[in-house]
Amino acid sequence: MAPSGIRVFFDIVLGMDDVISLGVGEPDFDTPWKVRESAIYSLEQGYTNYTSNKGLYKLRLYVSRHLKNKFGLDYDPDEEILITVGTSEGLDLSFRAILEPQDEVIIPQPSYVSYGPVVDLAGGVPVFVDTEKSRFKLKPSDLDKACTKKTKGLLLNYPSNPTGVSYTRKELKELSRIILKHNLLVISDEIYGELTYDYKHTPLATLGKSMKERVIYLNGFSKAYAMTGWRVAFACGSREIISAMTKIHQYTMLCAPTNSQVAACEALHSCADSVVEMRKEYSRRRDFVVDRLKSMGLDCVKPEGAFYVFPSVKKTGLDAMEFANKLLKKKKVAVVPGTAFGEKYQNNIRISYSYSLDHLKEALDRIESFLKSR
Amino acid sequence: MDPVLEILEKDARISPDEIAKLTKLKKEEVKKRIKKYEKDGVILKYKAVINKELMKDNSREVRALIEVNIVPQKDLGFDHIAERIYSFPEVTSCMLVSGTYDLLLVVEGKDLHAVSSFVAEKLSPMENVRGTVTHFLLKKYKEDGVMLRRKEANKRIAISY
Repeated sequence: MAPSGIRVFFDIVLGMDDVISLGVGEPDFDTPWKVRESAIYSLEQGYTNYTSNKGLYKLRLYVSRHLKNKFGLDYDPDEEILITVGTSEGLDLSFRAILEPQDEVIIPQPSYVSYGPVVDLAGGVPVFVDTEKSRFKLKPSDLDKACTKKTKGLLLNYPSNPTGVSYTRKELKELSRIILKHNLLVISDEIYGELTYDYKHTPLATLGKSMKERVIYLNGFSKAYAMTGWRVAFACGSREIISAMTKIHQYTMLCAPTNSQVAACEALHSCADSVVEMRKEYSRRRDFVVDRLKSMGLDCVKPEGAFYVFPSVKKTGLDAMEFANKLLKKKKVAVVPGTAFGEKYQNNIRISYSYSLDHLKEALDRIESFLKSR
Repeated sequence: MDPVLEILEKDARISPDEIAKLTKLKKEEVKKRIKKYEKDGVILKYKAVINKELMKDNSREVRALIEVNIVPQKDLGFDHIAERIYSFPEVTSCMLVSGTYDLLLVVEGKDLHAVSSFVAEKLSPMENVRGTVTHFLLKKYKEDGVMLRRKEANKRIAISY
């Protein structure tokens, strides 16, 4: 669970109505109108029933075709794809399906808040590996060192929330050697995959048959298509794993919301252009924000994807929590303290650039004046 | 499209310095390009999109869309007669279109009377104008890709993981 200080901080932010926030973990774009319109139409047509547990066949087929066209990835829509209620559910199902009590799961940190808890809830043991010294990328040698007899899996998230760093094909290949050496399953959360800016995103499952059979590939519509509230995503993997996940899903969730599934079909069918547009916009904002932070003297590892930067505030002499609290109090700007993503990250804050340029300018000006006043 | 133009088309007030940061171009290069676009007429004008529906004073104007049928002239086609029409300041837009009429105009006037007298006294009597159909504009919903409505409140919660 996130430290209680963070929860108190979040409550303060949520209670203020004139705050300029850089703390949001979702796109600022509205879902493309074509998608929203298709959902309205589905309601008019009376699509108000359950779908099959696995999800609408049409959506699984579209997902399958999309992955084939984009990455050359082959997943059978009948048995190797499951439509989930967001990637969050996909994560939960993955761990419940694969873990025996006390199985260890390696999680590179800093990491998204829910990763540790979902492993815990499934009876496993999260083993956090710090990546700060390697510019927030998991080093193959560190992965090797962290593996024990009890290690069942690795949870990878790239591009990453909160750091924005990602892995190139070459870097993934190096990791895959260690993954094979220790016979690990990999839960690969690639929800930000479409938002990769400097090179082409490589799904881990594309690195050969021996990798594909041990990867649970998680992706969804929330980030790429600006559909967070729709709660719809997909999990792909071997027949055995998807079948085990489907069993749990059918008792605990039954199916993903029908209208969201119809909307997701439309997203895959007609919104490739919108994704390109949004990616272009995020990429520009990234360059702008990184440049501004640098000129203020806040060091950060350059993000390669997603919409976050994770700069260090060490130079200010304040820890992350103090920095966030003072910045909020004095300048009414909200950022997320690094400790939300791992206790160790006392020196970092997460800044989201999922905002309009005017908003970013105002917020960054305020941060600059806050730094100068110290 | 050149990213400099893409960015300016969305927000004309943005400074060359900021465009440089967004595009990773040098500030001097951005300035140079903008100058050239202005000189070549690629960038014609910088203006604000105003939602006149919300204006409280009397400066709201009456607008009409006017379909115009014209007789094209030998050697000159539609261009010459179009120029005679769009040179009137009342005409704020003028387009040659395919279909049952030739020119589509947007005409502005301070009231209904001003627009009708423009049509009756200036437009219709022109030699090459065969006929006109005037549609008075009742409400505008969207202009140049911008929806003309009040700014909505932020729908996202202020902070999340």
